[in-house]
Amino acid sequence: MTQAEKERRFQEKIDKEIKIEPNDWMPDEYRQTLVRQISQHAHSEIVGMLPEGNWITRAPNLRRKAVLLAKVQDEAGHGLYLYSAVETLGTSREQTIDDLHSGKAKYSSIFNYPALTWADIGAIGWLVDGAAIMNQVALCRTSYGPYARAMVKICKEESFHQRQGYESLMKLCSGTPQQKAMAQDAMNRFWWPALMMFGPSDAASTHSDQSIKWKIKRFTNDELRQSFVDATVEQAQILGLTIPDPNLKWNEERGHYDFSEINWDEFWQVVKGNGPCNKERLAARVKAKEEGMWVREAATAFAKKRAMKQSA
Amino acid sequence: MQQPALFEYVLRIADDSLILGQRLGEWCGHGPILEEDIAMTNIALDLIGQSISLYDFAAELEGTGKNHDQLAYLRYENEYKNILLVEQPNGDFAMTILRQFFFDAFRLPFYEALMQSPVAQLAAVAAKSVKETRYHLKHTSEWVIRMGDGTDESHQRAQSAIDHLWRYTNELFYENEVDQTLQAEGKVPALSAIRTQWLSTVTNVLSEATLQIPTNDWKFDGGREGRHSEHMGYILSDLQYMQRAYPNMEW
Amino acid sequence: MSTNEWPLWEVFIRSKQGLNHKHVGSLRAPDATLALENARDVYTRRSEGISIWVVESAHIHATDIDEADAFFEPSDTKIYRHPTFYEVPDGVKHM
Repeated sequence: MTQAEKERRFQEKIDKEIKIEPNDWMPDEYRQTLVRQISQHAHSEIVGMLPEGNWITRAPNLRRKAVLLAKVQDEAGHGLYLYSAVETLGTSREQTIDDLHSGKAKYSSIFNYPALTWADIGAIGWLVDGAAIMNQVALCRTSYGPYARAMVKICKEESFHQRQGYESLMKLCSGTPQQKAMAQDAMNRFWWPALMMFGPSDAASTHSDQSIKWKIKRFTNDELRQSFVDATVEQAQILGLTIPDPNLKWNEERGHYDFSEINWDEFWQVVKGNGPCNKERLAARVKAKEEGMWVREAATAFAKKRAMKQSA
Repeated sequence: MQQPALFEYVLRIADDSLILGQRLGEWCGHGPILEEDIAMTNIALDLIGQSISLYDFAAELEGTGKNHDQLAYLRYENEYKNILLVEQPNGDFAMTILRQFFFDAFRLPFYEALMQSPVAQLAAVAAKSVKETRYHLKHTSEWVIRMGDGTDESHQRAQSAIDHLWRYTNELFYENEVDQTLQAEGKVPALSAIRTQWLSTVTNVLSEATLQIPTNDWKFDGGREGRHSEHMGYILSDLQYMQRAYPNMEW
Repeated sequence: MSTNEWPLWEVFIRSKQGLNHKHVGSLRAPDATLALENARDVYTRRSEGISIWVVESAHIHATDIDEADAFFEPSDTKIYRHPTFYEVPDGVKHM
């Protein structure tokens, strides 16, 4: 079969909504795109543990402490499911992680912003997880089987993440003026970075067209961003919080909310490593890997010893 | 308060669970491998869950209308009755696992015995927690064995952790008039019998791990009387930060 | 680089009595004992299972995708293996 014939058959499958599975033939670029996108997604889950993890010891009551622990733990699980999906494409977890640590691979820029107050934990759950879920629900139908299956599991587990964040902000917004101000401050700091989570605008996005054709992505960055804004406005009203955008208003003609242009300079600076916490986040991950090295080696050595004993 | 001895006793178990859960929570996001990060968080969640049930019961005994959070968050340092072992810093993975192992090896027979208590609430917490603890002990034992019988480095790290933590293990069996009162009433188990089981578990696992029980028998205590190590103040600074900085608010 | 990466394991979970173990994903573990414990912590956090199997991924043998036609298509034409192939009068019961 010629290359062109293989590619035609591959696209035919995609068009018929037949999932691609690990051993199926696939264009190299499809594989590379998947490895890049899934690993970026996995890294985001893992790095995303850090800003929230900072608040586990300071959670204001035992229920919130348990919820936060369970949520951050879920993120470790989600990272793991996604690293496993990358493994099915022939890239081991260690390779994938090394790419993160060397700066070659990216993760969601949102996690380079600091979690400064307890309200930030609520805002991360509501806005950041809300934006992530918008993306992830769409990815449950992505064309690569292992990725789609991981996303289904993740979406099922994540459904509590956004709700707990919203509930937590609800408490603050119905509490004292000081608590309400704390919530508004978190909203002010997280709104724009949350919108940036959908990535560059369609006009500036280098990977979008082909990814849509291959049904790796089912919606463009701008489409998802718009859905998120549309869904969030009313949620903010119920909380009594103001979205920090003077140009936010309903556009009857489009049937959507209009909103201001994102500060793309800031976006690209953070992506390039110049966000408030890029260095700290990466350093924490590298440290965990390095300090865990002897632990992983010990277990490997033990397994070898036992295997030798058994065969002796 | 109707039963001050029982109140104090329940607080001890609750404080041990809370402070150790708090310590384990510090690992979340920093574990040596993702799978183990998740495992440690599971143990932390079990411990926090146990502490909630126990603080609820303690609040009921105290009878002043407090909830579990007020007990967990709003006492002064010398009112916490946890043992020194659980407040020790995480250190490396060996230190954390050994601390947990020494604790689990005590907690399992302790809860097994406490299940027989005529105090229904205690027996109920013990019955639920015993299953969680059995798993914790299994998991930590597996790791003690792997570290001890793994590489030279892991063996050495595990042995230093044992040598450091050993001095805090005697306090697991600390008894004072609280125990005497409750034991006389037949409400709680004698810790001497539990010490025998603890020592047997520890000896077996350390021996399989090719690790040594330290010969230095110098021991520390004080936690059960509210005298803690310097670490405790920092733990409480984190734990109580929100409740102290924003008093009387709901979260 | 990957000098000490733990082997990959496939995880199968029986969600309740009476059902097969079903593949749910994979994980890394140094040996079978820890693979089972890791599987418990990673894949049954929400009471998804009552029994777990783990198999080192390297031990799984799979059909070759290039031979899929030869493996599976021949059975497509043997429709007489399915009950709907046979006609039975409407009144016949318990069949």
